[in-house]
Amino acid sequence: MNHDNDRSKIIGRRAILLGGGKLALLSALVGRMYYLQVLESSKYAVLAEENRINLRLLPPPRGRILDRNGVPMAVNQQNYRVLIVSEQTEDLDDTLDSLSNIIPINDHDRARIAREAKRHRSFVPVTVRENLSWQDVSRIEINTPDLPGVMIDVGQSRNYPLEGLGAHLLGYVSAVSEPDLQSSSDPLLELPGFRIGKAGVERVYDLALRGKGGTSQVEVNAVGRTIRELKRDEGEPGLDLNLTIDLELQQFAAQRLGTESAAAVVIDVHTGDLLVMASTPSFDPNAFNRGLSPDEWKDLIANPRAPLTNKTIAGQYPPGSTFKVMTALAALESGSITPEQRVFCPGQMNLGNISFHCWKKGGHGSVDLIAGIKHSCDVYFYEVARRTGFERIAEMAKRFGLGAPMGLDLPGERPGTIPNKDWKRAMLNQPWHPGETLINAIGQGYVLATPLQLAVMCARVANGGFAVAPHLARDIVDGVRSVPRPSPEWPSLGVSRQSLSLVRKGMFAVCNEPGGTAFGARIKDESLAMSGKSGSAQVRRITVREREGGVKKNEELPWKERDHALFIAYAPESEPRYACCVTVEHGGGGSAVAAPMARDILIEVQKRYPVRTARLPEDGIPVLHPQGHDGHDHEPHDHGDHG
Amino acid sequence: MMSSMHFRFSRSEMSLREKLWHVSWSFVLLVATVCTVGFLTLYSAANGNLEPWAVRQMMRFLVGLTVMLAVAMVDIRMWMRWAYALYVVALVLLAAVEIRGSVGMGAQRWIDLGFIQLQPSEIMKITLVLALARYFHGASYQDVGRPLFLLPPLVMVFAPVGFVLKQPDLGTAMMLTLGSGAMFFLAGVRLWKFAVILISGAAAVPVAWQFMREYQRQRIITFLNPENDPLGAGYHILQSKIALGSGGMFGKGFMLGTQSHLNFLPEKQTDFIFTMLAEEWGMVGGVFLLGLYVLILVYGYAMSLRSRNQFGRLVGLGLTTTFFLYVFINIAMVMGLVPVVGVPLPLISYGGTAMLTLLFGFGLILSVHIHRDIHIGRRGATDDV
Repeated sequence: MNHDNDRSKIIGRRAILLGGGKLALLSALVGRMYYLQVLESSKYAVLAEENRINLRLLPPPRGRILDRNGVPMAVNQQNYRVLIVSEQTEDLDDTLDSLSNIIPINDHDRARIAREAKRHRSFVPVTVRENLSWQDVSRIEINTPDLPGVMIDVGQSRNYPLEGLGAHLLGYVSAVSEPDLQSSSDPLLELPGFRIGKAGVERVYDLALRGKGGTSQVEVNAVGRTIRELKRDEGEPGLDLNLTIDLELQQFAAQRLGTESAAAVVIDVHTGDLLVMASTPSFDPNAFNRGLSPDEWKDLIANPRAPLTNKTIAGQYPPGSTFKVMTALAALESGSITPEQRVFCPGQMNLGNISFHCWKKGGHGSVDLIAGIKHSCDVYFYEVARRTGFERIAEMAKRFGLGAPMGLDLPGERPGTIPNKDWKRAMLNQPWHPGETLINAIGQGYVLATPLQLAVMCARVANGGFAVAPHLARDIVDGVRSVPRPSPEWPSLGVSRQSLSLVRKGMFAVCNEPGGTAFGARIKDESLAMSGKSGSAQVRRITVREREGGVKKNEELPWKERDHALFIAYAPESEPRYACCVTVEHGGGGSAVAAPMARDILIEVQKRYPVRTARLPEDGIPVLHPQGHDGHDHEPHDHGDHG
Repeated sequence: MMSSMHFRFSRSEMSLREKLWHVSWSFVLLVATVCTVGFLTLYSAANGNLEPWAVRQMMRFLVGLTVMLAVAMVDIRMWMRWAYALYVVALVLLAAVEIRGSVGMGAQRWIDLGFIQLQPSEIMKITLVLALARYFHGASYQDVGRPLFLLPPLVMVFAPVGFVLKQPDLGTAMMLTLGSGAMFFLAGVRLWKFAVILISGAAAVPVAWQFMREYQRQRIITFLNPENDPLGAGYHILQSKIALGSGGMFGKGFMLGTQSHLNFLPEKQTDFIFTMLAEEWGMVGGVFLLGLYVLILVYGYAMSLRSRNQFGRLVGLGLTTTFFLYVFINIAMVMGLVPVVGVPLPLISYGGTAMLTLLFGFGLILSVHIHRDIHIGRRGATDDV
């Protein structure tokens, strides 16, 4: 009995100790609860919200690209897709079998669907097919009761309804690349399937066209399944972008260039609006969005006529005789010649022991400035260049926009080349030879220019010597907004009206006086008449022997050795409004091939946007008040609304 | 000898009716209350559905309640007589699942009896207490002081602990060890011996580390710094703390626990059910449940200490301690105080085995209480004083 009492005491004592320890431990739990649920509660509340709420990005619709009159050039197409959610099907294969009775699903697709369905969680939809026709969509919709887990989804994809027309300007959109991701913090880029502008206007104005992504706050569970949407912010759709291009004119020009490897540019000489920028042959930008097959890609890059190149800005050609306009202006401005001074052309000019030939065998005889331009007499310009020096000619050419990118709102502009002594020293480490002055003065040798540069050069001659610059976007786009372009105030190039007037008289003679190189391609309607200058840029060396036996005609040569045909012109002659440059690679003679194209394009432009002729000053050059041409009621913009 | 020599009171041969009269119905009501909290929480865990958890848990509770009362009716001397036998059966079963598991059935820790999956490790939680109580029942303070005397009970403890560790089930091993330790303590083992064991145990940690499996080490590392690997091994603890912490003082409301209902909380109906309860009812709810548990503990202590026999006292206190260990380890685990070892919250977590074990244990405590006045001799029921 005794020892039981002892043990009873011991166990009682120890039970109290043990119980006390347990209470202490339970108090520790209460303390921990207090710490987590009261002291740290707000921290965990935030973490819980983050856990629960998932921010999803909503891609904004990409802005459309329109021509100056609002005709769509790049649009978004609804892309109907059929999706399948494997957890909602009773059996994925059975459902696909039923679905394949409605739309064909090949084995390759099947394998892909099975693979994707396995990889993702069972509630994630898997794309069965994209770009369904409306007919397919409605047939699937009708059969939905028999197709558990099948659903139709509408996405958007970029579409260029004009296919090849304007493809070089528009560029294309394509999937986001790794460098794109690194250079931008826009979360939109991380959306699967998101596409951004990779070339052309799509690239330059990508930010504006892209818009701002919306967000959708959804409540999700731990495995990412959406429970419900809590909040939605639609974001901002991309900006619709108007170009200065007139689609009808663009189409006309492209058709007129035909199958040639050629470029045509039409620019408003006062505003710098580019109405036409055509480069042939072209390509279908839709193919880039869709994804090119390796064969298609090979064909595109192997084509000698370079369909992917925008020749208006990336094609650099020797300007040939069109460059004589610069040589003449430089000579007149420097005073090295007077318009009346005559040069005798016997068909060639000797400098040292080298002969420099005129394009006309036998020569032009006695030639003054106007005749020199009219007949494009090489010997006359050799002599003028010899007296003026190429440094001055180069300086004039640069003033008129050659030798440097124009700063157009389009990527891929090439600078061309206007050489001089320093340039040759830097590039070739050779001294400048006097003979090179002669060759470069007629737009051969080192001189290179893009069709756009030549068009702008012509426009600056036509507008009275103002530094008009080209642009493609009708409005000024700043980031994601656009404001109407203010009336331009182009700085003067500092060329005298007198010199310009003389050169323009020469250009008038080229087209409108019998014997002018492009007389055959003149515009017969006087109110629409153009002035211009032809150029045939030699791309091969003519040997002495060939010259003795008679220079081969272009038609006798393989395509790659034929001359480039160039023509620059402005119209209407009485009050110049539009400048044009046509360049045909290996087209042959400028006056024979390029001039008729330029003529037809300029007629079409003036028909579409007529210029009301006003009374002109004596010298034939309209007085340009940069702000003042609001008064011209023939602004293309105005007419656009009616067109 | 006369029977009155064996038992001082006539209550030794009580009728069933008398026994029922002596059942502590307030204790039964308390247990039922805690279980009801469990049903509600399971109802919420199923987003307001009785299926699949709440209803089944209720059925198990009814079965368990019957078992508990049946156990309570059995004479305490009977339990003492069968203590070793039951222990051996449990040990054999434990060895059986271990051998069968290693033969190739995988980590199956139970024997399927059709209506319930019998886990030998759970049975062991009770039979070990019975066996140790039986061993220490007749021991005097002097006996307990002899080291050799402690050797058999140590073997009794470490045999099942070894099997359980091999499964490996760290939680059960911990409970068996700690529960047995408490019984050694209650039986009067000298305090300095515990000190020695604690110190040598601490010294053995580096050795034990070597023998641990990679995932066990991972669990300990994760426990020490769950933020290290928030989507991997630390996910459970971190999500549990987020759910609990975001519940705040008053909780998000019944069935409104976002973390648990959106499935961020793992195992919300089993091991992490306390987190869900505390997310929805806040600290107030958690403390309330702890209060209920403390009441059960107090009842356990009171009923045990009122027993006039050492076996009853040891069984009662041992089982109460086992119950306490369930509570403490589970709650400490979900709050990131101890590693995640897979111990359910008693009477609340979904699961039949733990419920049955607990109610069986409570039945024994009730039996101790009903038969509190029975005096049992040193060598067992038939022995005289």
